[in-house]
Amino acid sequence: MMTNPTGRVTQGQFSFLPDLSDEEIALQVDYGLAKGYAWSVEYTDDPHPRNTYWEMYGMPMFDLHDAAGVLLELKACRQTFPNHYIRLMAFDSTRGIESITMSFIVNRPAVEQGFGLVRQEVNGRTMRYTIHSYATDAPEGQRYGSGPAA
Amino acid sequence: MGAPLYTLPGTARAAEPPAAASSPTHPAAAPIEAPRTVADVLAQSQVMAVLDELDADLVGLAPVKARIRDIAALLVIDKLRAQHGLAAQTPSLHMCFTGNPGTGKTTVALRMAQILHRLGYVRKGQVVSVTRDDLVGQYIGHTAPKTKEVLKKAMGGVLFIDEAYYLYRPDNERDYGQEAIEILLQVMENHRDDLVVILAGYADRMDTFFQSNPGMRSRIAHHIDFPDYAAAELLQIADRLLADQGYRFDDEARAAFDDYLGLRMAQPHFSNARSVRNALDRARLRQASRLFADAQRVLSRDDLCTLSAADIRASRVFDSAATVAGLPQNNH
Repeated sequence: MMTNPTGRVTQGQFSFLPDLSDEEIALQVDYGLAKGYAWSVEYTDDPHPRNTYWEMYGMPMFDLHDAAGVLLELKACRQTFPNHYIRLMAFDSTRGIESITMSFIVNRPAVEQGFGLVRQEVNGRTMRYTIHSYATDAPEGQRYGSGPAA
Repeated sequence: MGAPLYTLPGTARAAEPPAAASSPTHPAAAPIEAPRTVADVLAQSQVMAVLDELDADLVGLAPVKARIRDIAALLVIDKLRAQHGLAAQTPSLHMCFTGNPGTGKTTVALRMAQILHRLGYVRKGQVVSVTRDDLVGQYIGHTAPKTKEVLKKAMGGVLFIDEAYYLYRPDNERDYGQEAIEILLQVMENHRDDLVVILAGYADRMDTFFQSNPGMRSRIAHHIDFPDYAAAELLQIADRLLADQGYRFDDEARAAFDDYLGLRMAQPHFSNARSVRNALDRARLRQASRLFADAQRVLSRDDLCTLSAADIRASRVFDSAATVAGLPQNNH
């Protein structure tokens, strides 16, 4: 049985929906800005679910008023990493929260290979399972087709 | 990005003809009547209130007010043209304010942001006020991120660059200011509907700045010159500043301040309304120490808020004027 027939990575918000258009992204960003969140752009080519910390594209953007600023950065990131996963994250600096409150993917590779299940037999025929991203078989920068470095 | 292989129930977004959303079959989708007259636009945007406030709050500056009214009128008419599907290209709204110090450039820039916001030409209406230090970095590679940071903060509002001519230092060809100018130009061109840039500075220095950066001049549609204030206008400004702080002149003090202005305006480094504000601050200090000296006196409300002629006449400006006038007599 295929549990994820589309083969798309589903992490963060909106990941089961069709890709958000730039207008829709701008609306989400404006919503976050109205709540006082600071947005940041991150990218990776290793979308393993336990890979929590992606690479930062520039600094988190504090004191913004309008989504155009975030989209400016996002477009620059897309241009640099067209075949990477890119996500936007909103940081809520309210005392006591101080963590990420929104996060969604805004750019995906053209083809997503997905994950395989790896079985390891250990003592007493015990099975251990882990998932493995096919993409990470290739070295960094050469995953997901031609990156800027490849 | 690849289209997903599935569709969500009830979201046939791509299949829906785009015209359907704006068609009159959806009465709920059009809560506000489309404006058809100038009055409609004005009523919806309440821009008249800002313009009237501008008239009431700022003394003098007739050419500036006229120009702002022109710009507001253009924006209103553009709104109506857009209703009829006429060319509704976003007008270039970048501006340059030139004038001597203290002529109200910053104040007008703040108002301008309000007007543009009410008319919907900037989405958020915040004013980000910067100078060279905020845009230009200290070492190679520092300038671009710094300038971009500022630009991102100004998106959706107005970027006010004070003393803009400092950005360009002709004496140092390796100056990083040029890099900031290039990024600015690019954003001013490509993000015309995201932000409005207002440059401010002294007229003569701005002229040299524009001569060395012709690209900048051609991208700025509105050059507004702020005239100096006349003495009567400055006196009016002084009255308003005092009224804001809960003070007032008595009649002699007003006459004294008029004399003071006459002398001060002739001196170098006179900076219009700013000089007036500083003079009033010093007069308030003198009034306070005058009242302080008389420890036993019961002070009435009137005493506390009145500046007397003595508070003004104690200024150094009168001393120097007296010595200058007195010098020829001493020579005799």
